Amino acid sequence: MSEQKPRATREAYGEALLELGRRHDDVVALDADLAGSTKSAAFGKAFPDRFFNAGVAEANMMNMAAGLAVGGKIPYASTFAVFATGRAFDQIRQGIAQPNLPVRVCASHGGLTVGEDGCTHQSIEDIGLMRLLPNMRVVVPADFNQTFAAVLESHDLPGPMYIRTGRPAVPFLYDTPPTGLGRGADVLREGTDISLFACGIMVSRALDAAEILAQRDISAEVVNVSVIKPIDIDTVAASLEKTGCGATAEEHSIIGGLADAVQEVAGELCPVRLGRLGVKDTFGKSGHPEKLLEEFGLTAGDLVSLAEHVLATSNK
Amino acid sequence: MSTGTFPPAKPRFFGGTPLDIQELNEKASLLRQEVVRMVAEAGSGHPGGSLSSADIVAALYFQVMNHRPDDPKWPERDRFILSKGHCAPVMYAALAHSGYFPLCDLLNLRKIDCHLQGHPDMNKTPGVEISSGSLGQGLSTAVGVALSMRLDGLPGHVFVLTGDGESQEGEIWEAVMAAAHFGLDNITVIVDANGLQIDGFTKDVMNVEPLSDKYESFGWTARTVDGHDMAAVVDALEWSRGVAGPAAIVARTVKGKGVSFMENEAGWHGKAPSVEEAARALRELRGEEE
Repeated sequence: MSEQKPRATREAYGEALLELGRRHDDVVALDADLAGSTKSAAFGKAFPDRFFNAGVAEANMMNMAAGLAVGGKIPYASTFAVFATGRAFDQIRQGIAQPNLPVRVCASHGGLTVGEDGCTHQSIEDIGLMRLLPNMRVVVPADFNQTFAAVLESHDLPGPMYIRTGRPAVPFLYDTPPTGLGRGADVLREGTDISLFACGIMVSRALDAAEILAQRDISAEVVNVSVIKPIDIDTVAASLEKTGCGATAEEHSIIGGLADAVQEVAGELCPVRLGRLGVKDTFGKSGHPEKLLEEFGLTAGDLVSLAEHVLATSNK
Repeated sequence: MSTGTFPPAKPRFFGGTPLDIQELNEKASLLRQEVVRMVAEAGSGHPGGSLSSADIVAALYFQVMNHRPDDPKWPERDRFILSKGHCAPVMYAALAHSGYFPLCDLLNLRKIDCHLQGHPDMNKTPGVEISSGSLGQGLSTAVGVALSMRLDGLPGHVFVLTGDGESQEGEIWEAVMAAAHFGLDNITVIVDANGLQIDGFTKDVMNVEPLSDKYESFGWTARTVDGHDMAAVVDALEWSRGVAGPAAIVARTVKGKGVSFMENEAGWHGKAPSVEEAARALRELRGEEE
């Protein structure tokens, strides 16, 4: 892990979007009155002709993005994850995913770490909602550098894409921006006893958990699953073949997101015991982000306990 | 044919000879007959709104719009966007009679191997600009298309057909607000105001009037026409091209127009006629006496 001062993935989105604007004339950006928070504002300032603020009208924003894509543009549409995927689900489904248009829905403020605004603004279903849509690529980068790379790479990929970023600063896991997302699952730490699959802010916590487990003579493998769909089946299956059991960790409901994506691979290719760390089918609440992660059981310590439980109950 | 200059010499693709109003009325009648045949053959579909908007669609495809059926993606074309996607049959009929695909495809509407989906699919049917069907979305998408064309300096105009029932969708007004805010000169909305929707009269289900005033108050320039008066429809459509900012045409129409037993009957919104009913409807549309 790098010693650089932690930075939020949404900040990487803003910087990468600006860079995309410099590189490509066909890049346009849209926001729904949250450009300061989602960080699309810098693009808007640099390229006012290619920036469209829809106001507080997410449905219209998504369809305008679709129309711009019909016209040959590569639109980046940003708002909070809860509004992007909940408020405008039908617009993404019928307007973007079904016609397979290259709109990038770039949602910030994913998960509980929105914090004090409470459950209305905490998106814990977005990965599941987007994963259900045919054609949709679902990306949850783990740090600033990976987000920057993912956003740059997104310009040249076909079809629609959902990119989830977060509000809080998170540690740097990649020293320099990777060239791209590659296959979408990186083994960040090798291990032999259990596989820890994590995405977003939970990746650094999974690395912390692996360190604690190592002190207890448990060798945990940490896999950063940054592309939830299409999931890197080979890397996930190979890790499970090696370790024989695993656990998932995500700032999302345990239903529909990373847990299900990994379970689907395991179920079809290498049935093993898998634990799930996530929001346990409940809504969030107001509070400091770190306090929320503690209350909802999303700390490194919680993952250590889960991993030990899985190992103890696994029949491998 | 367009000379390639801007604005393009009018009209259009029928050898440069404008159709007269009588010829356009005949085209509209032809579209109505196709709609009846298609929906009857499919056994399902939406005849009412297709029949109410047939004059508008005929005016656009056979007179007002610059388009090239042999080059559906011609960048300088005008765009027709069907926001009320359930009226796909009348658009498909206009596309086929323009030459985008064979006429014989029409009778395979909604069948498993046919490109003519129950609601329009831009990736399956030549000449369909956007996929639509979830009401309220098409106008927003059209605003995006118009913005894109303006960015690229393209001369085309975007004509969007919505319904009065569809205007109950909140997203319509989000899009109406946006088109005015962005100062779009290249978009016209035609509201097929037939006064009926699935559950009954629009004024009873959820009143949307006064539509013209609503558009005006959102910053559009609006005009009301008899949607079955071909000369008035063509005139309004041509007028709308020159309006500064977005233009709305509220077209007063009769749902099921041209088929006596379908006219002003909400039940014919989404029901296919039987073989006997279709035969009777076709006789009426051809002007043959009973």
